[in-house]
Amino acid sequence: MSVTTLSSAVLVQRQPNWLVRLFDYKPFLVVMCLAPAIGLLAVFLTYPLGLGLWLAFTDTTIGRKGEFVGLENFQYLLTDSLWWNAVFYSVVYTGIATFGKFALGFWLALLLNNHFPFKSLLRAIILLPWIVPTVLSALAFWWIYDPQFSIISYLLVDVLHWRTTDIDFLGSPWPARFSLIAANIWRGIPFVAISLLAGLQTISPSLYEAAMLDGASAWQRFRYITFPMMMPILAIVMTFSIIFTFTDFQLVYAITRGGPGNSTHLLATLAFQRGIAGGELGEGAAIAVSMIPFLVFATLFSYFGLARRKWQQGESND
Amino acid sequence: MTDTVAQPAAVATTPPDTMAWDSGLRRLMMIYLPLSCFVLILLFPFYWMAITSFKPNAELMNYKEHNPFWITSPTLAHIKHLLFDTAYPRWLWTTMLVAIGSTTLSLIASTLAAYAIERLRFRGSPYVGLGIYMAYLVPPSILFIPLATVVVQFGLFDSPLALILVYPTFLVPFCTWLLIGYFKSIPYELEECALVDGATRLQILRRITLPLAVPGLISAGIFSFTLSWNEFIYALAFIQSGANKTVPVAILTELVTGDVYQWGALMAGSLLGSLPVAIFYSLFVDYYVSSLTGAVKE
Repeated sequence: MSVTTLSSAVLVQRQPNWLVRLFDYKPFLVVMCLAPAIGLLAVFLTYPLGLGLWLAFTDTTIGRKGEFVGLENFQYLLTDSLWWNAVFYSVVYTGIATFGKFALGFWLALLLNNHFPFKSLLRAIILLPWIVPTVLSALAFWWIYDPQFSIISYLLVDVLHWRTTDIDFLGSPWPARFSLIAANIWRGIPFVAISLLAGLQTISPSLYEAAMLDGASAWQRFRYITFPMMMPILAIVMTFSIIFTFTDFQLVYAITRGGPGNSTHLLATLAFQRGIAGGELGEGAAIAVSMIPFLVFATLFSYFGLARRKWQQGESND
Repeated sequence: MTDTVAQPAAVATTPPDTMAWDSGLRRLMMIYLPLSCFVLILLFPFYWMAITSFKPNAELMNYKEHNPFWITSPTLAHIKHLLFDTAYPRWLWTTMLVAIGSTTLSLIASTLAAYAIERLRFRGSPYVGLGIYMAYLVPPSILFIPLATVVVQFGLFDSPLALILVYPTFLVPFCTWLLIGYFKSIPYELEECALVDGATRLQILRRITLPLAVPGLISAGIFSFTLSWNEFIYALAFIQSGANKTVPVAILTELVTGDVYQWGALMAGSLLGSLPVAIFYSLFVDYYVSSLTGAVKE
């Protein structure tokens, strides 16, 4: 008696309606599960990427459908001193800022890897510049760099008496460029430090013990254990950092908008100025597209240059 | 004779002492000093932002009579101006709406995608995963011009809905990758048991996998929220009318007017705009750190 009721219950369960059966059919389920993500990415990422490449070869402006003009936009860019300026500053900005971020970030990660009280609190505080909206902290930097009421000038002139005049941070090209780089380094240190700290914590202490027994000095332990073990994670973090520093937009747009005298334009801000503010969509797209070769080169360089061997966690893509 | 015996003993006792003192000082110089410099520099802009937003204008523009590092007569005038004379509450509301909308959308899309890639195992699933990951490497600065034309084509220009739909382009790759990592850590045997018991795939996802992946979902959720709250370039390019702007864009384009900047109001706006993510962050610090490092590791 009990057996028959059980089997009928099982039968009821085993014969669900067609909809449930359809959702249990694996190929259908796979398609349904991937559809939202792939759909969103296809419509708002892949399609615009292709459209951007196409726009770069047209003379589209806002409100007017463009015609195919071949390489005209790029030929124009090659003769445009503003574009060359932007390329120059983008490279300088990325180079110095990346170096600064990684030197200081690595140092901070090594410091944080020691034992001391309130470590997790400190780690939380350090990540703050990365959490807060970039534009809003950029505004704070703008205020710090104010020509008249800069707190740095006040500190150097009135408190320490190291200088006699206020520093004009954003008024002339080179100081403005370095002020922006400093702000970018400030914002980038936490990300680098916390990511590298995670890498440092995966290095087995037994390696250091073995090296200590063999009489290795602190520098040798860093040079021959820490550094090689960190290479793979350094490569990944640096690839990300270079891509997002080279294409940075917010800091420059918020603090200088490319000024003074267009000296601090990055390619992204120049593309915005021409493409959206100026309405020359085709030309703006061409400037944006001109970033791609630099990005590909930087990625290949940092990724394959640094990651000589496959990274432990990354390879098990089973 | 006694001298020679005593001397080694003295030598043997003194070094540990000096070494202990030496290592204490050394620790101070090598760890605590640089660490406090780092913390000081990393936090100073926030301190400056906070102190500026409560300073009356007289103190703000006069460093000779007032010590700029401190406030003598704090005022709420800047915050009052912000909340009652500008559309700031409206901007906060829009930003919140956009952040929650895009976070929800990307969480749903990436949970399903991660589940399909990691657990349904079809031919080519690693390549789909890699493809989604590659999408993360496409920076918004390359996309915003063509995306602006796409947004216009869809009739979404100047609408927060455009942002809700566009933000998942950088949220979905990140969340999917994070969730794949979490799903990997859930034993497959649990799902097999459920399959044997006659559960359907969707039941397994809902009843077994998702409850176990809650920490991952929280990480992905708060991260998406933060990233969409902070997003700037798309919001700048796609939104034109003052009322529909998000906080970061609105402060920069609506509050920065004329030649004399209202630093008090600007800093108060920045402080208030940072506060929601900062509070969120303080509640979920560990999730942030784990998702940040997890994303790098995966």
